[in-house]
Amino acid sequence: MSVWNRRKEEEFITPRPVAGPPAPSELAKEGIPMSTLPGRTSESHHEPARTAVLGKSVIVKGQIFSREDLTIDGEVEGTVELQEHRLTIGPNGKVRASVKARELVVLGTIHGNVETTDKIDIRKEAKLVGDIRTARIVIEDGAYFKGNIDIVRADAARPAAVPQPQPKPQAIATSPSASSPSSAPSASSASGATASSSGPAMAAGAGDAKKR
Amino acid sequence: MAILDLAGANQSTVSFITNYGHRLYSDDFLVQLDHCFGEGDFYENQTNPRAIETFLKNTLDFPDEAFDGALVWDVLEYLSPALLAIVVAKLRAMLRPGSSLLAVFHNEERAETVPSYSFRIHGHRTIEMASRGRRQPAQFFNNRSLERLFQDFQSVKFFLTRDHLREVIVRR
Repeated sequence: MSVWNRRKEEEFITPRPVAGPPAPSELAKEGIPMSTLPGRTSESHHEPARTAVLGKSVIVKGQIFSREDLTIDGEVEGTVELQEHRLTIGPNGKVRASVKARELVVLGTIHGNVETTDKIDIRKEAKLVGDIRTARIVIEDGAYFKGNIDIVRADAARPAAVPQPQPKPQAIATSPSASSPSSAPSASSASGATASSSGPAMAAGAGDAKKR
Repeated sequence: MAILDLAGANQSTVSFITNYGHRLYSDDFLVQLDHCFGEGDFYENQTNPRAIETFLKNTLDFPDEAFDGALVWDVLEYLSPALLAIVVAKLRAMLRPGSSLLAVFHNEERAETVPSYSFRIHGHRTIEMASRGRRQPAQFFNNRSLERLFQDFQSVKFFLTRDHLREVIVRR
């Protein structure tokens, strides 16, 4: 019997305990914070993130502040702020507001200044009138835009990190579930790790275009 | 630097300008022209003082010396003489001294309509011209009339190019 087969046989002979769903106590021992499990699962399977929707018959006047992705297909007048999330203006959406978001996709109409930390995507037949401040911008052919475009590099878009005093290494490791809020990574540092390249993407040119 | 582009926002020009770290102000001058003067006689409407006022407020409402360069492309061809003089004076005021303005004029003096383009900068040597149909120009320009048009500027340079176009670079 070859060495290879023997190893296989050994693996087969010595049965390992059947992997079942770990008990909560086991999770705590392994140091896996339970609250992050659903999030990781959804990211790995590319399931759509939670998105709030304002339907096309909805009219909002005032301030919108969202902690999740938002789609506006109705009318909004005021301000819209989604700190770390994506805002989509649907084809029927009409927004007269200043907008702050991580990412903005426009299929409808916006009148107002827009500021994003990541990207603005102005789709075909969308209309945006206002000044833009963003790290990246994509403008499809057929979109209408009027205003200033100010590209802010990803490192410059975020406020300069204030040097934090480094915590002294502790002799005993604490499990994340038992960790104090002060030891958890801040939202800003987490988003900084996912910052993408700041160069604007190039779109395909028109088919009937001439070059000279 | 702050650059004014009147060809309408497009990805190529936005990328080209902003990759240098410049700020770009973009507007589609022809869309604004059609919006303000499009109903009825296009050139007759351009003599209406109220329509002119609305147009200037919508399109060129900037403080003096706000820009370091202007990409005007072919839009000046579609302005009646009275509005053209106002627009050129306004453009001059909006530009800082020493900055440049790029305009394009068609060469075909006998054509009733000329092709209109959306100009897109693809690089230092390439400008893409996407067709936007044909339009009737208000008037035709030769070198002498162009010199007169930009007489308040510091200098005017002409470059004959392909597609019956004359590029004009004007220095404020």
